[in-house]
Amino acid sequence: MDSVLTAIFVLLALALVFGLILGYASVRFKVEGNPIVDQIDAILPQTQCGQCGHPGCRPYAQAIASGEAINKCPPGGQATIDQLAELLNVESIPLDAEHGSEDVRKVAYIREDECIGCTKCIQACPVDAILGAAKQMHTVIVSECTGCDLCVEPCPVDCIDMIPVGTTIGNWKWPAPPSPMQIIATDRSTPSEETA
Amino acid sequence: MTDFLLILISTVLVNNFVLVQFLGLCPFMGVSNKLETAMGMSLATTFVLTLSSVCSYLVYTYLLAPLELVYLQTVAFILVIAVVVQFTEMVVHKTSPLLYKLLGIFLPLITTNCAVLGVALLNIRKQNSFVESIGYGFGAAVGFSLALILFSAIRERIAVAEVPVPFRGAAIGMITAGLMSLAFMGFAGLVKF
Repeated sequence: MDSVLTAIFVLLALALVFGLILGYASVRFKVEGNPIVDQIDAILPQTQCGQCGHPGCRPYAQAIASGEAINKCPPGGQATIDQLAELLNVESIPLDAEHGSEDVRKVAYIREDECIGCTKCIQACPVDAILGAAKQMHTVIVSECTGCDLCVEPCPVDCIDMIPVGTTIGNWKWPAPPSPMQIIATDRSTPSEETA
Repeated sequence: MTDFLLILISTVLVNNFVLVQFLGLCPFMGVSNKLETAMGMSLATTFVLTLSSVCSYLVYTYLLAPLELVYLQTVAFILVIAVVVQFTEMVVHKTSPLLYKLLGIFLPLITTNCAVLGVALLNIRKQNSFVESIGYGFGAAVGFSLALILFSAIRERIAVAEVPVPFRGAAIGMITAGLMSLAFMGFAGLVKF
């Protein structure tokens, strides 16, 4: 009986010691993610549209963190560029027209009686907002759709429309308040104006 | 020094863990499709095998043997190996992100590599000393790496060769492994150990 107890005790002690070592190691060797990438990613609109030339918003956030231009995001528009410029402390620049132009927010709409159920738009959708199965009619989940246009091109029967979302009492928002720099009059003048 | 060298030659060539003792066959077949991944796996295994060989020797000599708990060796060694692998993964992740990316999934996979447990148990059976168990673990790892890298290089060539349809895939891999094993039998009798 004693030997059994010893065995259990030894194994427990061994496991405890190893647990302590691993616990210490997980604190000591903790790996932090790159915080700036997370912050940039939070600003980007998460449409995953790929218009910037990267396969999604997070890869673009990583690219910005390593020095790429901040004006390649049409869905985010000027507002996103301004926020990025403020975060990264660089000059705000206009949207790069090469990657598309800023537009009103749209959602995809499938004309359901024309849909042949080919599933091509489902494969193209980066956010899984299209519902349907092979040879069954597809439809778009409006609340999931980011309006990225990627499903329009693969559709063989051209039955997908991009419909602008008008402002309704359901989605109207207060305009964003001006940044603190704009409220105080003396802050508005740039240093270059003062010297001039 | 001669002993150490003899242990190395013995474990790398004569008693190669994969091709002669048939231990660690699953990673040998599993990750040998590409030379690059085989190298990553070899590197990770070498590190873990050497370290766990030493650690399990210490646990056996200073904990299990004095308390007459020798029958617990398998359980205790598996515990040691799992901890060593986890610890290695954390350290590598912190100190060398590049190596971590390279080794990737292979690090945790080593836990279930039977060559690692095999080395720990054989250390005890052969009654190796501390230094000898370092050499034994390292030699076993080098032998494993040698076999794995050679085999994956051969498999890369087989991938483009014209293999008869019934032999394609795993079948030709098994045949190749068998032929390599035969070739390594040529080393038998090189060292008496």
